[in-house]
Amino acid sequence: MSNPVTRADVLRGTAAAAATAFVAIEAIRNSVTARAAEAPTAPDARSYRKEIRWPKNKVGLLERMHADLERALKKPVEERHWSMAIDRRKCVGCDACTVSCIAENKLPPEVVYRPVIKEEIGTYPNVSYRFTPRPCMQCDNPPCTPVCPVNATWKRPDGVVAINYDRCIGCRYCITACPYNARTFDFGENYTGDQNTRQPYEEAPSFEYGQRRVREDDASPVGNARKCTFCLHRVHVGMLPSCVTTCIGGATYFGDVSDPKSLIAELAGRPNVTRLKEELGTKPSVFYLD
Amino acid sequence: MSLFAKNQQLRRVLYVLWIVIAAVGAWGLWQRAETGHRLANYGSYVPWGLWVAAYIFFIGLSAGAFLLSALVFGFGFNKLERLAPYALLTALATLFMALFSIFLDLGHPFRAVNVFLHPNFGSMMTWMVWLYTAYFILIIAESVLAFRPLLANQQEGLRGMIAKLIGSANGYTDEQRERDESRLKILGRLGIPLAISFHGGVGALFATVVARPYWHSALYPILFLTGALVSGGALMLAVALIFGDDMDPAGEAIQMLRKIVVGLLAFDLLLEWAEYSIPMWYNIGPEAALMKEVLFGHYWYVFWVFHFGLGAIIPLILFMRAPKSAPALITGGLLTALTYMAVRLNLVVPALIEPQLKGLENAYIRSRLVFEYFPSAMEWSVLAGITALGAALWYVGYRLVLNRERMA
Repeated sequence: MSNPVTRADVLRGTAAAAATAFVAIEAIRNSVTARAAEAPTAPDARSYRKEIRWPKNKVGLLERMHADLERALKKPVEERHWSMAIDRRKCVGCDACTVSCIAENKLPPEVVYRPVIKEEIGTYPNVSYRFTPRPCMQCDNPPCTPVCPVNATWKRPDGVVAINYDRCIGCRYCITACPYNARTFDFGENYTGDQNTRQPYEEAPSFEYGQRRVREDDASPVGNARKCTFCLHRVHVGMLPSCVTTCIGGATYFGDVSDPKSLIAELAGRPNVTRLKEELGTKPSVFYLD
Repeated sequence: MSLFAKNQQLRRVLYVLWIVIAAVGAWGLWQRAETGHRLANYGSYVPWGLWVAAYIFFIGLSAGAFLLSALVFGFGFNKLERLAPYALLTALATLFMALFSIFLDLGHPFRAVNVFLHPNFGSMMTWMVWLYTAYFILIIAESVLAFRPLLANQQEGLRGMIAKLIGSANGYTDEQRERDESRLKILGRLGIPLAISFHGGVGALFATVVARPYWHSALYPILFLTGALVSGGALMLAVALIFGDDMDPAGEAIQMLRKIVVGLLAFDLLLEWAEYSIPMWYNIGPEAALMKEVLFGHYWYVFWVFHFGLGAIIPLILFMRAPKSAPALITGGLLTALTYMAVRLNLVVPALIEPQLKGLENAYIRSRLVFEYFPSAMEWSVLAGITALGAALWYVGYRLVLNRERMA
């Protein structure tokens, strides 16, 4: 007579099956990314146009950016330079990136890292819209960092401009110094009022800069300047920034621009590249394709 | 006897005024402590508002008053000798008001110590903080030396305690006087470049911000310094006539100060003409639009009514047409000094009301992501609280050190 199956056996069996499935998925994923990494990365114009077509080829492009990312992560941090490209011809102004950024970073009301500017161009009947998503430009010559009186914001070796929430005194000088209005101040407001009525989603921790922070009254980042980090906490574990993965038009690209094989480096060399307020000499790491 | 001691009605008016301001201020300070920045109207696009303007206003009054005292202590400018202790006390009280304003404006006020622990000397703000800390120490040292003879032989009460603390409770010899005067001379001389650098530095804090064309002007530090001297000098004119002992409005000290204030006010207007007329002349460019907004926009009256009318033209008429009338000089002095807040607001806020990128105002609509600003009731009340505290500090100093006579 066979032994009766206990609940523990069922749980063990389920766990084993889940682990096997996980390993299998990871193996497939790795093989895909490895193939993508080995794939020719400087396609001719025809294949490039084919590849860049979105969303038909969205998965392919995401895979390529993933492969670029994993390759970059193998390099020392000072040899990477994270950069973002936004194709304004493809952006449909859906605000999905704005919303996903808010969800990813658990942003309170009044704090926004990536609004989408909507401009109406022309007069009826010749009217069009232009959409400009505006993350932090992660300038190579940032005007916001040298003004900080306490060295609480600085340019990381990988190109991202970071903030030390525990050192920032909340003087907001950096906010005035940014020529893109890309920094906002956390006033300590919540979506549902005071602590008693707060909803679970407001208690969920944020992982900005790889630090786990649950929102509390008067504790940082409340009272601090805040800004887009290119989702460094995701990037460091091999995930693309949330605005890239949620872009329904496939208009946002991300990667290590110092890697000549990367998609972002290819895009950076195109003739239709523009940067916002280039005349200021801030050298933004975000560029637009027009 | 001072006008304040002689005139009971004036005292009553000032006491009632102080009580009202203090009551409003107490509510504001309590709200600030309870709710942080949540009741403030500044936001992320206009991140600096009333308290930053108040900070540069008070620090300007302090630098202006201090520079007057330094002329006496440092360079033996005897015509203003009688005003010097009042100027020093005013500089101290207004410095406290300035520091308290900016302390309350910080997101994490108690982290202000980080400016000393982790300073970034590339930032103008760091220089400003370090320089006004040095200025604060210098003002305390000067006060000790200047107030010693005034509290000589005081043994009892709070006055006695202060006398003991500053070392004149057991008398004050001529030898000590001589030594203190030479020390005051050194400190006064040191204080002049210090006050000029820190207040010029406050102007440079704004002027060095390339992202804001409205601020990014080499004239800004000069404007700040002139403004400090105008507002501080005008305040001292009123303070001396109200609180000074037997201060003769036709006397040398007051007349000299009147002339200084008139000259500086005229120079300030000239600088302002340059600051506005050059970017606006061809009515083109980002600065021209902002300046047009200041002069003819929603808050036109801040410039025309408060600054130009009440703060410059009316005082100039009073100073020129009734040069020896105490009421005219007091009114002119108070008007110039107090309405200088309008100038400070117009220095800070307009630079922030223009979106850095066209269309950003409609990109993500929230109440703190707007390019407009008018201070909230809490902000005004906090300013009232700071004013009441500063006035109280000044009055305590005045009664303890400068004027111990019985009131009529």
